[in-house]
Amino acid sequence: MTRYIIKRLLGLIPVIIGVSICAFLLIHLIPGDPARAILGERATPESLAAVREQLGLNDPLHIQYLRFMGQLIQGDFGRSVITNSLVIEEFAERFPATMELSIAAMTIAILVGVLAGVISAVKQYSWFDNISMIGALFGVSVPIFWLGLMMQWLFAFKLGLLDASARLSVELRLDNITNFYVLDSILTGNWEALFDSLKHLILPSLALATIPMAIIARMTRSSMLEVLRQDYIRTARAKGLKEKVVIFRHALKNAFLPVLTVMGLQFGTLLGGAVLTETIFSWPGIGRLMYEAIMQRDFPVVQSGILIISLIFVFINLVVDILYSFVDPRIRVN
Amino acid sequence: MGPLLEVKNLKKHFSVNKGSIFNKNVGTLKAVDDVSFEVYKGETLGLVGESGCGKSTAGRCILRLIEPTEGEISFEGRDLRALNAKDIRRARKDLQMVFQDPYASLNPRMKVRDIISEPILLHGITRGREVQNRVAKLLDVVGLAPYHADRYAHEFSGGQRQRIGIARALAVEPKLVVCDEPVSALDVSIQAQVINLMEDLQREFDLTFIFIAHDLSVVHHISDRVAVMYLGRVVEIAGYSELYKNSQHPYTKALLSAIPVANPKLKKERIVLKGDVMSPIDLPPGCNFHNRCPHAAAVCKETAPVLKDIGNGHKVACHMI
Repeated sequence: MTRYIIKRLLGLIPVIIGVSICAFLLIHLIPGDPARAILGERATPESLAAVREQLGLNDPLHIQYLRFMGQLIQGDFGRSVITNSLVIEEFAERFPATMELSIAAMTIAILVGVLAGVISAVKQYSWFDNISMIGALFGVSVPIFWLGLMMQWLFAFKLGLLDASARLSVELRLDNITNFYVLDSILTGNWEALFDSLKHLILPSLALATIPMAIIARMTRSSMLEVLRQDYIRTARAKGLKEKVVIFRHALKNAFLPVLTVMGLQFGTLLGGAVLTETIFSWPGIGRLMYEAIMQRDFPVVQSGILIISLIFVFINLVVDILYSFVDPRIRVN
Repeated sequence: MGPLLEVKNLKKHFSVNKGSIFNKNVGTLKAVDDVSFEVYKGETLGLVGESGCGKSTAGRCILRLIEPTEGEISFEGRDLRALNAKDIRRARKDLQMVFQDPYASLNPRMKVRDIISEPILLHGITRGREVQNRVAKLLDVVGLAPYHADRYAHEFSGGQRQRIGIARALAVEPKLVVCDEPVSALDVSIQAQVINLMEDLQREFDLTFIFIAHDLSVVHHISDRVAVMYLGRVVEIAGYSELYKNSQHPYTKALLSAIPVANPKLKKERIVLKGDVMSPIDLPPGCNFHNRCPHAAAVCKETAPVLKDIGNGHKVACHMI
């Protein structure tokens, strides 16, 4: 197992190089001048030139890239050219917000998706199956920004039940320990803040959960349908087990592997910055950080940010691969 | 003493549908059509027939793993078809099944220990530490070692897996075990081992078997009585020596003549049936065998023969006898 993990970690090196080249080229090839973004429209040509020189933007691209990688190897992710703060610190500050949102979204997606998938498979072609699969098709197809806006309009504006933006109402104060607001309010016993932060969390996490929920439901259904036809399910029934036990203990456990793969991929995508959702719901996570950085041509934030996000993504997939062997003993032996 | 299991007029019909949108019923497949037989305590009833003749379906209907369409299944005088879902699950303590494919019929995610102990706990056979002792004992009984309990099914060979399947079935001290082609997926040498094991277990635990097979030589070895099925119906049923010496139905005769004999000098006349098995969908009236029968007469195309007792419990379904 250790060998396998080391091998996988070594495999990360070419991934990092590839991603860093892409990220670097993307931000440097798109039109827009960082110096002008920093100094504004009315800057003099002299000051623009000075800033370009200071940022090293006059060097050839490959020199700039090598400098960027050289700093990266020393653990230096650079500084934002707009706020002059360390990129890594900006990320560390925003990451808990994204993490909280992603975990909430994934929890909703897994609970609803797996349950809907199981019921759909057990009652194949029933009205529940038809409705939930049409719902799932809708879920994967609907644009999130549209769905998010509609949810804001309905639940926050019309009904006034939930909050449409930010993580906490401005008038509330919360001591930050972990920067996970839900967790912090529980830890500090601040029940008002807990209720308020949940009210802020529900809409964005529902919007973010839509696609993974739909994919998980469809995957669970097809995987369950296959497993339910297996002989060992008949064996389980012949033992005299209750249908519930047959379905959840015998069938779902076996059907879970492909579902787990999808969960890992989806969770990685969510953590990598739910750019649209965070932007619409003004959620101060890394998705919105990236959005702002791109708009402001803050190239150190963008290139290091993309790199960090892809590292998170690859890392989560590694965790999923390791989880496989716990879920399926046949993989462990081979 | 009455029979342990009595099956009367058992029927299982499947409707055959075509088309995905306008689901049209295009016929009825009579997988099991009016099958009756009895099984007595301590005996082995062999159920033979070729692929698709309904022998496995009949076996599964007895345990209600498939819901029969019609008929009566009484076990120790109790009508199994009248039981609700909860009671039939309880009844499976007494009725167990050994399945055909030892590769597919064991849950790949469970250790052998869990596969065997699950029904023990479920039916409350023993509790606590006793459960593990019982698992070890069962493994020993089927010729496996106690340390095998912590392995997964895929780590065993086919013969070993079938032993696990047998241990699992025996874990709840069943009275009747339906063995659905338990050895057909195994090598011939392993077949003999497993069959011998089953015979030993039958003696030791006073078991009653329904032994489903398509191989008459296998059935010959283990059965006390044999029922021959053709296209969903029992055509002949008799004690095994009676059947092998004095078979009456033309289909049984053809089957028996096909058993290879390990003696090149012995010239045996092989009865080769002409034609093919009729499609089981929407069968015409009359005897299902009439299109292949060498003795078929006009009556055979019109009315289906019923099982007639010709003495000694030997029953045949043929108009010509």
